[in-house]
Amino acid sequence: MESLVFFFLAAFAVTTAVLMVLQRSPLVSAIYLIANFFALAALYLLLRAQLLAVLQIVVYTGAIMVLVVFVIMLLNLGEEARVHTRIAIRTWVAIVLAAGLLSEIVYVFVLSGTPAEGTTLPPAAESLGTVESMGGALFGAFLLPFEITSLLLLVSILGAVVLAKKKG
Amino acid sequence: MDIPLSYYLCLSAVLFVVGTAGVLTRRNAIVVFMCIELMLNSVNLTLIAFSSFLGSITGQVLVFFAMAVAASEAAVGLAIVIAIYRNRQTVDIDKINILKW
Repeated sequence: MESLVFFFLAAFAVTTAVLMVLQRSPLVSAIYLIANFFALAALYLLLRAQLLAVLQIVVYTGAIMVLVVFVIMLLNLGEEARVHTRIAIRTWVAIVLAAGLLSEIVYVFVLSGTPAEGTTLPPAAESLGTVESMGGALFGAFLLPFEITSLLLLVSILGAVVLAKKKG
Repeated sequence: MDIPLSYYLCLSAVLFVVGTAGVLTRRNAIVVFMCIELMLNSVNLTLIAFSSFLGSITGQVLVFFAMAVAASEAAVGLAIVIAIYRNRQTVDIDKINILKW
């Protein structure tokens, strides 16, 4: 049952990702990417990472993609001109590079051996991704990076305002 | 119940490569940006898969920080796109070549 869910979600994620790259309208691409993020959130749930699954939906689809869709609509971008009318060689170089990268990653992941624990989820994973254990880690061992993250967000807010502001 | 770790790793590899192909072929700066988000997410999937299968929380905390970095990257990146559009009236990365020598 669980592997059925996994294969459905995996097929859904790959399909939406490919459609996102192939679409010429930026807005449709953004909507496919949102669908892809939902599939990834469900995969996080399958891995028992509850908090991150919720954060994936709230932060990525709720905040980042809304911002992206907002900018696409603000700039009123039309459809992209066809790539192969001008630079066909670029598409081929991209395909060759991507295929090479895929075979390299799969080789490293599969053929060179996975960790011994890699067949089933350990019992410890059940309570790993809860808000309680994540909060304990964030406010315990990772307190300093957590505080630095707030500084990073503050700087990026200031940077975004300064960059997007009209001159004068 | 028995989904091996390698399945998750292969899925994230495929998503990463799709994102790479998008970055290399697309010319709209915002779509390139979205493809980078896709690559970030595939790496997040790898981290969560390793974290769950190894029973260690560190990977999930790292994903938490990666999400914070992605959010600030989105804010600054889209501000840059808006600034470029205001100056050049285009977001086509082939036409934005003032940094090329």
